[in-house]
Amino acid sequence: MDKTLPDLAAAVAGIEDGMTVMIGGFGGSGAPIELIHALIDRHIATGHPTNLTVVNNNAGNGHVGLAALIEQGIVAKLICSFPRSADPRVFTDLYLAGKIELELVPQGTLAERIRAGGAGIPAFYTPTSYGTDLARGKKIEEFEGRPYVQERWLKADYALVKADKGDRLGNLTYRMAARNFGPLMCMAAKTAIVQVSQLVEPGTIDPETVITPGIFVQGLVEVANPAQEEDLNRANAVYPEPVQ
Amino acid sequence: MTKLTSTQIAWRAAQDIDDGAYVNLGIGFPEMVAKFQPPGRQAIFHTENGILGFGEAPAPGLEDWDLINAGKKAVTLKPGTAFFHHADSFAMVRGGHLDVAILGAYEVAENGDLANWSTGPKGVPAVGGAMDLVHGAKRVAVITEHVTKDGKPKLVQKCALPLTGVGCVTRVYTSLAVVDIQDGHFVLREKLAGLSFDELQSLTGATLHLDGDVADLIVPEL
Repeated sequence: MDKTLPDLAAAVAGIEDGMTVMIGGFGGSGAPIELIHALIDRHIATGHPTNLTVVNNNAGNGHVGLAALIEQGIVAKLICSFPRSADPRVFTDLYLAGKIELELVPQGTLAERIRAGGAGIPAFYTPTSYGTDLARGKKIEEFEGRPYVQERWLKADYALVKADKGDRLGNLTYRMAARNFGPLMCMAAKTAIVQVSQLVEPGTIDPETVITPGIFVQGLVEVANPAQEEDLNRANAVYPEPVQ
Repeated sequence: MTKLTSTQIAWRAAQDIDDGAYVNLGIGFPEMVAKFQPPGRQAIFHTENGILGFGEAPAPGLEDWDLINAGKKAVTLKPGTAFFHHADSFAMVRGGHLDVAILGAYEVAENGDLANWSTGPKGVPAVGGAMDLVHGAKRVAVITEHVTKDGKPKLVQKCALPLTGVGCVTRVYTSLAVVDIQDGHFVLREKLAGLSFDELQSLTGATLHLDGDVADLIVPEL
């Protein structure tokens, strides 16, 4: 078995119009910048995909990564907890113009909805958001005398995730807090595509340290020395680079 | 009578954190609480994006952008740091494993309702982990100015702004006082020595109850 893909273009080739795509990362940490940029390249070259629903904790920062994807007009709907950042103008302008839909989800509920999607649990109850605007229209039930809000699973056609080491069976490790949503999104997507900083032979990753077991991963591509969104933004980078 | 600075409010809140407590500090102003742990006590700080037991900010130029806190600021590793994914992180929050969460507030109501995520329907709504954090920590405390910039009370009978959580706050540290929330009432515990009870009541949007002595709120110059 070999889940490695020849290049970034091949990694994003299967994403079709209207699909739901989970994109890993919390702010810049764990953001799969190269996979996102490959998706932008494909859209510019072919006009597809369009009309995506994207699941991410945030809504992009500056003009690279997720912000650049949104700026291309590829994203019809965003499901996230915190659509603000140091430079959120791309999302903010489209949202206030009514050109992108937002489903705002509390952060822990977002994580658990994704986990539930990956674990085959269609709904669960949480105390989070009870009595607030974000619980409106949702089923409430009491357990042990306290009210809880019913939340539904969240699943995706694709996940785009950044990991540290990966082997060709799809076993993954992550780097520090870049782990965040990665393991959950790999579980919840039909096809989880992972960019790894280092592709290694099976047996290299100590089984005790595998964070995402390969069963949750469908494709890997090696991106050595991946870009950090924060570094790109500090350099005022824009993707795609404007033609001079 | 000089009201406390934000730094002094943070200092006061830090005095109530026990050695070994697991603590989440909200983004921004509450993050300052970490600086004022009393000598001999060491709390373990949790950040929603997946770190337990992180250290302070690195020197400029030494940031590692895979090692950030919930405010997306760079932090550092310490002996005993642990990483985990987001579902585990919020299991720590909702599952009742945190001892204390200290958060900012727009308004706190006498029944413990908190409004701290939205100032109304204008603009882009953003909630982050605020609605999760108010549930599950054994103690949810708020640090805040006692009144708004326009002089309106932030301790109120009923929140006018959209709620973050219902009946969740148990103690409020303000620029003038320390107030507990007990059985649907504000109970005054400490106030600045130069401030009379009546003055404090006039700056508070709901009745301040008394339950035993009120101590002077004493904070060092910082």
